[in-house]
Amino acid sequence: MDKIIEGKAYVLGNNVDTDQIIPAEHLVYSLDDVEESKIYGHYALSGVPVKEAGLPEGNIPFIEQINNTSEFNIIIGGSNFGCGSSREHAPFALQKAGVKAIIAESYARIFYRNAVDGGFVLPLEADEKLINKISTGTELQIDLENYTLTDLSNKSTFKLLSPGDVLPIINAGGLFKFARASGLIA
Amino acid sequence: MNKTITEKILAKAAGKESVTPGENIWLNVDLLMTHDVCGPPTIQIWKNEFGENATIWDKDKLAVFPDHYIFTENKQANRNVDILRDFAKEYNLPHYYDVGSERYKGVCHIALAEEGFNIPGTVLFGTDSHTCTSGAFGLFSTGVGNTDAAFILGTGKIWEKVPQSIKLTFNGKMPEYLMAKDLILKVIGDLGTDGGTYKSLEFDGEAIFSLEMHERMTLTNMAIEVGAMNGIIAVDEITEAYLKPRISKTFESFQSDPNAEYSNKYEYSIKDIEPLVAKPHSPDNINTVHNVQGTQLTKCYIGSCTGGKISDFQAVAKILLGQQVKTPTFIVPATTQIAKQFETETYKGITLFDIFKHSGCAIGPASCAACLGGPSDTIGRASDGEVVISTTNRNYPGRMGSKKSEVYLASPLTVAASAINGKITDPREYL
Repeated sequence: MDKIIEGKAYVLGNNVDTDQIIPAEHLVYSLDDVEESKIYGHYALSGVPVKEAGLPEGNIPFIEQINNTSEFNIIIGGSNFGCGSSREHAPFALQKAGVKAIIAESYARIFYRNAVDGGFVLPLEADEKLINKISTGTELQIDLENYTLTDLSNKSTFKLLSPGDVLPIINAGGLFKFARASGLIA
Repeated sequence: MNKTITEKILAKAAGKESVTPGENIWLNVDLLMTHDVCGPPTIQIWKNEFGENATIWDKDKLAVFPDHYIFTENKQANRNVDILRDFAKEYNLPHYYDVGSERYKGVCHIALAEEGFNIPGTVLFGTDSHTCTSGAFGLFSTGVGNTDAAFILGTGKIWEKVPQSIKLTFNGKMPEYLMAKDLILKVIGDLGTDGGTYKSLEFDGEAIFSLEMHERMTLTNMAIEVGAMNGIIAVDEITEAYLKPRISKTFESFQSDPNAEYSNKYEYSIKDIEPLVAKPHSPDNINTVHNVQGTQLTKCYIGSCTGGKISDFQAVAKILLGQQVKTPTFIVPATTQIAKQFETETYKGITLFDIFKHSGCAIGPASCAACLGGPSDTIGRASDGEVVISTTNRNYPGRMGSKKSEVYLASPLTVAASAINGKITDPREYL
């Protein structure tokens, strides 16, 4: 895993549920077929109500009309990010759209597990509420040595929390890689 | 001992004397459940990871229910059912319930109960967030994603962090106008959609143990709506009576110790609770039916793992008998068994089927249907600008279809009363 992640912020509110991340009608495509699975990127975050899409202004599309990837690759979320269903298609869709990391105030359990165990995106938590301090489009840098987030536009820095117990799974790149490395499976 | 029922079950599944909240443990899984949305990617990950020689850890501990996108022309959705069918055939699965066959059941969480998969004292994982429903039978059950399910499919094991427990005690007797749905909406309103994250919800009290099993399942079903890992109700005579014709295995019934430790305890008096709704667009946006009555509706929906059980339809029939609905009203039984019961169960001598037909409801085939929107041809799906009242479990933007629709969640009694008036109505007007 890279120790430095840089990218543009896309800011969302609280309780961004899995239907907003990938609406249920799109859960029919293959996740394994390289071409077909790109559709998940195209529809990532397409369920977010327009006024909540890209805070603080809103009305900023995450994906430009015909694209399958986004110019934004760091999501800043509020509390209970990823609540709702168990669909692993949600962190998968964000990964397909090019998202590298999410920094939220808190996560719903199954979404968090799926992001970590599937190795799709890095779910991090900040020490404070960031959705009012960072605007969509801001260039950010995440430092995973020191667990800091820097707003490159004004150099302000925020403290991130260590993932704690699940760090070995994150570092391995997912549950299967972790289980192989630690001899749990062949 | 000072352990909760959840801690005792997890200790048993981990092969330990005891476990403590916060501890990470590996569990031996007793049952894995999957369906047509998450089954195909789970199978794919399992094949990719375990390779040519991938084996299912224990075929008898795998239950596969196509239920989400069943009655649709959508080719990719149908392809997913084909993948399950081929997988079941290739591995000769004993517990596959195919669409179009006599074995087809419908909504997985209710089918698990009907088919005797909910064994007290065991641990059950499923690729669906409402897997917590099974906890009504005194077992640990929770939802996982495809990767975790693929890991279980190959190894029979999964890691979990032992949750702290929240105890919810309901004192008093249930009046005719209240249902389990009102009780759980009250809890969701009090805890918020993340108030139970990584915790266990344990239901207790006279009112809880007066409920029959389908109503108890409404409580544990919506534990996930506060972010909880599981919801659980200890076994009593009512549980045993439900299980007796369905399972032959012996099982272990656990109870929480009197001095078990809880992160929070909530005590409710039933007499203080009245019919409730969750307003758009969050399950914790709770108000009384009284305060929102008169809200005009375009659709009423009665179905799903939460509100499409036989007890839900018996309640609806009490209100709809001899009445006409003013708003398009959709009746979608969770399972094929419930659909059959529409022909045999009666209220005042009339079958539920006749009551629903004569009142003008549309009756759909058993499946998850519009609870989660689904493909564009799904029965009851919410369109732009609609205002829906539903017995389902979530009302986040777009959950039932269009993100430009509004969904109110309520009990089957409240939805039925609202259907007659075409606007949100307190069920006490019709009881």
